[in-house]
Amino acid sequence: MVQDVKIIPTCKEASELLSYAQDRPLTLREKFALYVHLPICNACRNFRKQLAFLRQAAREYARRD
Amino acid sequence: MPKPEAVAVSDTPESAPGPLDAARIEEYRGYLMRYALLQLRDRTAAEDAVQETLLAALQTGTRFAGRSSVKTWLTGILKHKIIDHLRRQLRELPLEGRPEQADAGEADVADAVFAEDGHWRDFPVDWNAPDRSFESGEFWKVFEMCVQVMSARPARVFVMREILELSTEEICKELGISATNCWVLLHRARLTLRECLDTKWFKT
Repeated sequence: MVQDVKIIPTCKEASELLSYAQDRPLTLREKFALYVHLPICNACRNFRKQLAFLRQAAREYARRD
Repeated sequence: MPKPEAVAVSDTPESAPGPLDAARIEEYRGYLMRYALLQLRDRTAAEDAVQETLLAALQTGTRFAGRSSVKTWLTGILKHKIIDHLRRQLRELPLEGRPEQADAGEADVADAVFAEDGHWRDFPVDWNAPDRSFESGEFWKVFEMCVQVMSARPARVFVMREILELSTEEICKELGISATNCWVLLHRARLTLRECLDTKWFKT
C-alpha cells in the first residue's frame, strides 16, 4: 500500500495507484497524486495503457477458441 | 453461488441444434482443458474440473442454437467448477497469515522493477497498438507461458480477477484474504506479466 503519498509520488507509488484504480475507486488524495505525476512521466502513462491492455488481453483469452 | 446461465435457444432451425450428445461435447474438451489448466496450475485438478463440467453439461441435455453459445455455456459451468477447486485448494493452504508461503521472487517483484529512488529501472515504452497481437497464435502462447511462470499467489488472484472477471470483493470472500492483500497481489501480478510480455513479446 502507498502509506503516505508525497506531493509528487515516485513512479513506484504511481504504478501502485494505477493498478489499484483497476480494482477500487481511488481516494481524492490518490487521484491528486496521479494528477501531478502523470503529466510529467511518460513511462507511467505507458504503464497505464499497458495495464488496460493486460485486462483486455485476459478477457480476450477467456473468449477465444 | 449462482448457477451459470444457460443460453439455450430452442427456435433457430437453421443451426439444426439437436441435443447435446457426448460426441458433440467432447469437441470442447481441449479448449476447456487449456482454460482450466491455466487457472488451476495442476493437471489432475484441471482434468477433474473439465470432467465435472462435461458431465454436468450432459446431464442437463439442453438444446443449443450454435457453437458459440455452447462454448459460452460450458465455460460458465467450468468457471464455477474452477472456483470450487480453488476454494478447496486454498482451504488447505490459507493465503493470509503465512507469509513464509510466499514464493521466492513474489515479494521482490517491485524491487526488481523499481530502483531505490522509486524510478523505473527500465522505462515502460509504448507497445503501439498491442491488440493487433490478438490475431497471433504465438502471442497467446507467450501470454499463457507468462501467466504460468508467475508466482502462485499473484497468478491465482490475477486469473480470478481478469480471466474469471470476479470482483475483488468476491475474490476476498472466496480466498479469505483482505482487500488490501488482494490489491497488492494484483499489482504484483500485473507488474510481472507486463515485464514478461514486454521482454518475451513486444521487444522481440
